[in-house]
Amino acid sequence: MSAQAINAEYVTEKLQARFGDQLSNLDSPYGLLSMNVPRESVIGIIKWLKEDPELQFMFLTDLCGVHFPEQKGQELGVVYHLHSLVHNFRLRIRTFFPETDPQVDTATTLFEAANWMERETFDFFGIRFKGHPDLRRILNMDDMTYHPLLKQYPLEDATRTDKEDKYFGR
Amino acid sequence: METLITTPPPPEEKEYNILNLGPTHPATHGIFQNVLKMDGEYIVEGEPTIGYIHRAFEKLAEHRPYYQVTPITDRLNYCSSPINNLGWHMTVEKLLGVKTPKRVDYLRVIIMELARITDHLICNSVIGVDTGALTGFVYVFQQREHVYEIYEEICGSRLTTNIGRIGGFERDFDDNLLARIRKFITEFPAVWKEFESLLMRNRIFMDRTIGVGGISAERALSYGFTGPNLRAAGVDYDVRVMEPYSSYEDFNFDIPIGQSGDVYDRFCVRGEEVWQSLSIIQQALDKLEKMPKGEYYAPVPEFYLPPKQDVYTKMEALIWHFKIVMGEVEVPKGEVYHAVEGGNGELGFYLISDGGRQPYRLHFRRPCFIYYQAFPEMIRGTMLSDAILTMSSMNVIAGELDA
Repeated sequence: MSAQAINAEYVTEKLQARFGDQLSNLDSPYGLLSMNVPRESVIGIIKWLKEDPELQFMFLTDLCGVHFPEQKGQELGVVYHLHSLVHNFRLRIRTFFPETDPQVDTATTLFEAANWMERETFDFFGIRFKGHPDLRRILNMDDMTYHPLLKQYPLEDATRTDKEDKYFGR
Repeated sequence: METLITTPPPPEEKEYNILNLGPTHPATHGIFQNVLKMDGEYIVEGEPTIGYIHRAFEKLAEHRPYYQVTPITDRLNYCSSPINNLGWHMTVEKLLGVKTPKRVDYLRVIIMELARITDHLICNSVIGVDTGALTGFVYVFQQREHVYEIYEEICGSRLTTNIGRIGGFERDFDDNLLARIRKFITEFPAVWKEFESLLMRNRIFMDRTIGVGGISAERALSYGFTGPNLRAAGVDYDVRVMEPYSSYEDFNFDIPIGQSGDVYDRFCVRGEEVWQSLSIIQQALDKLEKMPKGEYYAPVPEFYLPPKQDVYTKMEALIWHFKIVMGEVEVPKGEVYHAVEGGNGELGFYLISDGGRQPYRLHFRRPCFIYYQAFPEMIRGTMLSDAILTMSSMNVIAGELDA
C-alpha cells in the first residue's frame, strides 16, 4: 500500500493504463471523480477496482438509475458510487444504454448491498440486471405495469380514474 | 466452541411452520413484514417485504423547487429529521457553491447532534423495551420532549421539522434558546447515566443481547452497512470524520467502535455516541460564545429566502422573494453527491441539476434501506425473540426504508 493518500490524478492514471479506451467523460464535478464506461465492461471495471490491492474500492455506497430522454440511444443509465474506505476516496461510474434494451450486468456478484438497490432501480426504471438472483419490484406494488421514475410519466398516476379535476380546483 | 443451545439437524421431509410477522405487528415498531419459516422457536429462513409506506419521494422531488424538497426529507428518518433537512440544505449549497459562515455551521452542528441524541435514545430505549424493560423507554422520552421543545423554538415544529433554509436559518438563536440548550446538556447526562446503568451491566439484558444478531465486519461492509451498525462491527467509518461537513473538523470527539457487531455492541456504540454528541454540543456552545451574534445566514440573496417583514417593506427583498419563489434564479448545471452522518448511517443525496428550478433527478442514499437486506442473514438460525431484538437494534426506520 502506498504511503501517501491516493488522489484523482493517480486513480485516473491507473484506470487509463488498464482500461484506457473504455473510459469517457472523465471529470471531477464538485470534487468527485466521475467517468462513463460502456455497459459491457462496467462490472469488470468495478470488480477490478474492488480487487486491486492498492485501490480497494470495496464499498458500494450507492447505485441508482437515471433517465435522460434527450440522449438518443443512451437514454437510460445506472450510476454507481464506490468508496475506497482505506484511502477515503470516492468514485462515480456511470453507464448508459438505450431505452429499447435496458440491460446491464448485476453487481450482486461483487456486493451484497447491490441486491435491493438493483431491485429498486428495476422497480423505478425498468432496468434489467442480468444475473440478479431475485429481480422483483421492491417498493411499488407487484401488479404495477409501468416504471414510474421514467420521465414520460407525470407525477400523478395517469391510470387513475377516480380523481376528477373539478374536485381539485383545476 | 461448545454452545448450550444447539439446533437439531432437520430430518428429511420435515414440516416447517410459516409465521407472518407484521406488517402491523406491535413488536416491529413500524410497518415491516417478515414471512418467517419456523422450526419450532427457531427461524430457518426469513423474507422481508418492504414498501408499505412508499410515498414516491424521488418522483415528488423532481416536481418541486429546491427549497420545497426539504419537507420531503423530514419524512425519511423521522427520528432525526433535522439531520436530513440540514443534509439537504448542504447538498444544495454544495451545488450552488455557497459558503456558509462558521456561526451557521456551529448552530447546525448543535441541531444535528441534538437530533443524533434523540435518534439514539429512541433506538437504545426500544432495545430495552424489547428485552422487557419499559421503564427506561418512558424515562428517556421525557428528555426527548425537551429536545423537541428546542426544535419548536428554532423552527416551530417538532417531529417533521423543516428546519433552516438553504444558506442558513430563518432567524437567529436568541439567548433564551441557547440557555435552553445549555440546560438540556447539563441535565441530560444524569438521565442518560441512569438509563445506561439500568441496562449496560444488567445480567438479564446482557444475556439477551450478547452474541445475538451479530455480523462480521466483512459481511457488514459487503452489505453496505454504515453508521453505528458498521461501527459496532469494528469499522471506524464516520462521515463526520472522513469527510467533514459543516465544520465538524473543528471539534474533538471519539468514534466508538465495537467488536462483534451484535445487539449489545450496537447498544454500547450508540450509548457512547450520545456522550460524544453532548461533548460536541458543549464545544459548539463554547465556540459560539466567542463569536459575535447576528450572523445566521450566508449572504446569498439569490437563494436565501428573505425575512417576511423585509419582503413587505423593502423592494430588494421583494424582488428576490419573487424570483426565488417563481424559479427565475440561475442554478448551475451539475451533479453532486453529498453525504452526512445520519442517525443510523451515511445519508447521501445524489442530485442532478439541469439548471431548472427543480432537481432533474434526486436519489436518496437511505442507510437503513441498504443494510436492512442483511436482516434475513442475521436472523437465520436464531430464535424469534432474538430476531425482534435484532431488528430494533438495527434502527430500521420505516419512513427511510420506504422513501
